[in-house]
Amino acid sequence: MLRYIIRRLLQAIPTVLLVSLLVFLMLQLIPGDPAEIYLGERQNSPEQLEIVREQMGLNRPLHIQYLDYMFKVLQGDFGVSLNNRRPILDEILTRLPYTLELTLSALLISTVLGIGVGILAALRHNTIIDTGAMLLALVGISMPVYWSSLLLIVLLSVNLRLLPPIGQGSLDRLIMPALALGLLSAGSLARLVRSSMLEVLSQDYILTARSKGLPQRTVVLKHTLRNALIPIITILALTFGNLLSGAVLTETIFARLGIGRMYVEGILNKDYTLVQGTTLFVALAYVLINIVTDVLYVYVDPRIKYD
Amino acid sequence: MTDVARVQRSSRESPRRRLLRRFSRSANVLIGASVLLFMIVLGVSAPILTSYNPEQMTAALRLRPPDAEHLFGTDDFGRDVFTRIAYGARLSLLVGVISVSIASTIGVTLGIVAGYFGGWIDALIMRLIDVMLAFPGILLALVIVSILGRSLTNVMIAVGISSIPAYARMARGTTLALKSVDYITAARAIGAPTARMMRLHILPNITAPLIIVATNGVAGAIIAGAALSFLGLGAQPPTPEWGIMLAEGRVYLRNAWWVTTFPGLAIMVTVMAINLMGDGLRDILDPRLRL
Repeated sequence: MLRYIIRRLLQAIPTVLLVSLLVFLMLQLIPGDPAEIYLGERQNSPEQLEIVREQMGLNRPLHIQYLDYMFKVLQGDFGVSLNNRRPILDEILTRLPYTLELTLSALLISTVLGIGVGILAALRHNTIIDTGAMLLALVGISMPVYWSSLLLIVLLSVNLRLLPPIGQGSLDRLIMPALALGLLSAGSLARLVRSSMLEVLSQDYILTARSKGLPQRTVVLKHTLRNALIPIITILALTFGNLLSGAVLTETIFARLGIGRMYVEGILNKDYTLVQGTTLFVALAYVLINIVTDVLYVYVDPRIKYD
Repeated sequence: MTDVARVQRSSRESPRRRLLRRFSRSANVLIGASVLLFMIVLGVSAPILTSYNPEQMTAALRLRPPDAEHLFGTDDFGRDVFTRIAYGARLSLLVGVISVSIASTIGVTLGIVAGYFGGWIDALIMRLIDVMLAFPGILLALVIVSILGRSLTNVMIAVGISSIPAYARMARGTTLALKSVDYITAARAIGAPTARMMRLHILPNITAPLIIVATNGVAGAIIAGAALSFLGLGAQPPTPEWGIMLAEGRVYLRNAWWVTTFPGLAIMVTVMAINLMGDGLRDILDPRLRL
């Protein structure tokens, strides 16, 4: 198992290098000069601009700049924000807990809802419950998170006055954004759980289990669900990725100070080093999440060989 | 009709007609396609359906609730919400179709080339795809928009490029499976030119999975496109775009529900229709997946 993990980590190196190169080149591709953006209105002479370019290392050959950038990133230095000059890693780490709190609770909501509805639909296959559940799942998939968020605010804050509309830092402020984000993935998860369950339910060993007279509960939980959940693990990383990118929208709507909102503000304010650093951070984290999912998959399903 | 006659009739029927007959029997495809057609007609005939200008501001008509004159009410600038939704249908559908065209053209070409040639070409292309997949969800589209600048055209390019992996993987998988099929081996053995092989033997076999991926792709692109505009990174005001309408209406959630409800509903209904159609098409074109 350890060998598999090491091999999987080694396999990710080319991807990580290419990702870092692409993210590094981002700053070269944007229209305008980072030094000019950094100086903003304080710029008063070409000499001053030249000094800043020198300080930022923009005058050196591209490959030297890249190597320098990577060397710093490996030491945890993602550069400084063009706008407030704070270290980007500090900015990310300050906001990360809010984003994690949101995405993890959304993941919990979507897993519980998705698996629950999926099982129900599969067990009541071809009944009105199945049709209704799948219709709900279709609505969930088709509803943009930026609209469901607004609807939740209208319903729970404006009309019922149950929850505060925006903000962060307490459980009642987490419920709505987590729910909006969770519903987004619950639909596709429910569909997947249903088809996976139906596939397992048609297997011979389920028939055997039933003919042995095992109670329905045991058949469903022990024999079906366990096997049906294996393919679902593969989309966990994908779901988490979708939730992370969905956080860009929910954090903006619910005025949460997470990474997603920081990212959009970075783009809008042309704070390119911040956007660059955050992009690299999220991409690296996502590559790691994917590896963890793969390892988990192998761990759960002994039929898959490590090599 | 006797059995013999029935067999004769069905064998006379061309594959295309048979497929059409199956499409017309699928409730999902029929409902989805009808709603989608409705949205297309709404977009195309917007100038006939409404006499209002989607961008004309009239202070006196600010935030009027829905009535006979303004079916979906008016927004903060006194613009007719229904008119803006009708004109917005053009933009959203265009974003869906253009993004998917970009993604499928590049993705399918890359996928076929990777699968067909294998070796280092395959490794190189798939590493590139891996890199694109390292950016979760709409993050890649956000990165591209931040490089290209904010506009609806750039949204189409950004969403298009970020959707390439799904098409490339599908085309590569299908090509790999086809490579070992006898008639492909035979065609290669008699020395059929590579480009001709790809066009005549491989591409047609990709059509069915491509239709499925592309249909869902259009739905995803509409949501992503409106999301970027919602964030202020896509189409710019006063363009009648659904995402912008939602963003502008956010401020009036408390007292003017219609400003956000109708554009949101428009996105959801359109996307749901396309997804429904996609489900139906998958059932017909890929019976293995039917449960």
